[in-house]
Amino acid sequence: MTAATGLAVDQAARPPDLWTPLFKDALLAALVAALLALPLVGLQTYDIGGGALGIRTHFDWVAMGAAAVFAGRLMLRLYPRLRGYGTIGRRNETGRIAVWANRQIVPITVAGIAFAIALPFLPFSSRYLIDLGTTVLIYVMLGWGLNVVVGLAGLLDLGYVAFYAVGAYTFGLLARDLDFTFWEALPFSGLVAASFGILLGFPVLRLRGDYLAIVTLGFGEIIRIVLLNWAPVTGGPNGIGGIPRPSFFGLPFTRTAPEGVTTFHQFFGLEFSPDHRVIFLYFVILGMALITNLFTLRIRRLPLGRAWEALREDEVACRALGINPTNVKLSAFAIGAMFGGLAGCFFATRQGFISPESFTFIESATILAIVVLGGMGSQLGVVLAAILLVSLPEFGRAFAEFRMLIFGAAMVAVMVWRPRGLISHREPTLRLGGRPAGNAGR
Amino acid sequence: MAYFLQQLINGLTLGSIYGLIAIGYTMVYGIIGMINFAHGEIYMIGAFISIIAFLVLGLAGVTYVPLALAIVLLTTMVFTSIYGWTVERVAYRSLRGSFRLAPLISAIGMSVFLQNYVQIFQGARVKPMPPLVQGGFTILESGGFAVRLSYLQLFIILLTLLLMAGFTTLIASTPLGRAQRACEQDMRMASLLGIDVDRVISLTFVMGAALAAVAGLMVTLYYGVVDFFIGFLAGVKAFTAAVLGGIGSLPGAMLGGILIGLIEAFWSGYFSVEYKDVSVFVVLILVLVFRPTGLLGRPDVEKV
Repeated sequence: MTAATGLAVDQAARPPDLWTPLFKDALLAALVAALLALPLVGLQTYDIGGGALGIRTHFDWVAMGAAAVFAGRLMLRLYPRLRGYGTIGRRNETGRIAVWANRQIVPITVAGIAFAIALPFLPFSSRYLIDLGTTVLIYVMLGWGLNVVVGLAGLLDLGYVAFYAVGAYTFGLLARDLDFTFWEALPFSGLVAASFGILLGFPVLRLRGDYLAIVTLGFGEIIRIVLLNWAPVTGGPNGIGGIPRPSFFGLPFTRTAPEGVTTFHQFFGLEFSPDHRVIFLYFVILGMALITNLFTLRIRRLPLGRAWEALREDEVACRALGINPTNVKLSAFAIGAMFGGLAGCFFATRQGFISPESFTFIESATILAIVVLGGMGSQLGVVLAAILLVSLPEFGRAFAEFRMLIFGAAMVAVMVWRPRGLISHREPTLRLGGRPAGNAGR
Repeated sequence: MAYFLQQLINGLTLGSIYGLIAIGYTMVYGIIGMINFAHGEIYMIGAFISIIAFLVLGLAGVTYVPLALAIVLLTTMVFTSIYGWTVERVAYRSLRGSFRLAPLISAIGMSVFLQNYVQIFQGARVKPMPPLVQGGFTILESGGFAVRLSYLQLFIILLTLLLMAGFTTLIASTPLGRAQRACEQDMRMASLLGIDVDRVISLTFVMGAALAAVAGLMVTLYYGVVDFFIGFLAGVKAFTAAVLGGIGSLPGAMLGGILIGLIEAFWSGYFSVEYKDVSVFVVLILVLVFRPTGLLGRPDVEKV
């Protein structure tokens, strides 16, 4: 408010010299950038053999970086002036695209699902594309699962990958030691992961948000270290191999079946093709992801889902209204963990091999980035962010290398400019009498 | 007994390093109430800058070790401080007053960014560093086991003590320290009384980064290897130290750091090296569950 009046005064009495302060500011930013880049970009260490290091200079990169920062800073300062408003303009947290997307949610969803179902049969689709789609869908499912915890219940979970790992290893161990198939192990994976969620959540859920985040991170690391070192059971760094592939209602996707078993292509009278299994896996994860989404959408309308959202907005008020925060949080944690575990089970059957390497903190950060960039609580945003994240490396090696760099920067940028995410949907699901609800979640 | 003493020395050395990093967490938390998740990466950057500075000095022909150490210490602190300042300016400043988890998410983004930035421009391989300070004392010899205190360990512990003393004086009896304490108590009131809060917060980040830079330099010297991923674990451990000591409390951070160093050293000495990181995480969880205010912290009252 004071900013607005201050702005008006500023505009009325704007000094004729507009450019000098702008340039000074940009120059300063460029100088800082050059200083930052000087040691780490300008002087590159490399192996010269014999365990020694040499130094290469790349001062041209430093200059380029500084020039880019200069230009960027200038644009950033100039843009609000050109648009005719001050920096308060960016307080508009829900963009026009988001409003549009939220209004057209039904057609977008129908079109999206139709496209996802049709994808394997489209003329341009290939095995590679379907594989990529499967990876995207795994991340979509993980993102939707984490969205229950982060987006709806407002609990920042930095160790989500632990539940993914628990699900994967549950199936891996059941398959190795007890000869379980994918479909038999799937419910167990979800159950075990949910139990781990409750096990972790019970003592720590009364902690404040940021403490909780660090504890979940610690939990994720503990799980990974145990998997890595408990070699007699988990196989240690070698992981578990030979995990069975899923079957189609008991029909395996193999060229030849053992005596007395009909394979998928024999049953349907098709020519054998390895693509069948790839397409089948794609549909399995598509179905699992859609069930996750449906579940979330429905539960948001139940008292439990409403309690999650209410708790996210104001814990003290919830307590005053008789909601038990621990139980409500625990349910969110357990359900989120369950979806993580189910996705992990699918991951294990798809790869056929799991090792602790697949479950590092970077993976947690990636899933969190998907949820954050998509807009916490937005189901559609998660899909877009997952597509972006998974397909970015496919545009070339440079993108693959810079992928996490870009995503880290994007996480910061989204928080700074649009803290509600690209397609934000933090409006309460329920409103009283159509009155505009107060601005949620300040 | 001799073995115990050796682990004690190792633990103290390690604890000094964690303590220096923990101060950065605790100061930032004290003033703006956020976990600076990127602080571990600042420490990692400090380690890289120190190794680069050593290499440049070697090429420039500076071979007198104390001089080289002094120069590297200064350059590392200066350049790392700029990183600390920039991180605050870019990723946190505009988020004050945003919703609670926003700064933390931004910090995680920053941490991912910095890690990958170093990985891309300096390579993913481990950077080796030849030992610079060698030799030491043999304190005690019993049963064929010699307890050694190397010059390097002595240097690390003494430098930490020196920095801590200087730092405590800075907080206790300079205008800047007073401003910091004022901001910690009541930021709005402090700004009403004419304290430039933004400047104080920036300087807090600069100081934290400078101390983390020293820790980075020490690790470079102590372990002789550095890679782009060291910031993550060290950051979590130092954060654990800050929580254990009582977040927001400076002596607590140092105490917590030393305790964490000792726990880690004794755990790897007596139980198993593989699970030493687990021991630290378990301590973190136990402290947060049973005594969230830490050993020396004040209780935190939640206001509506």
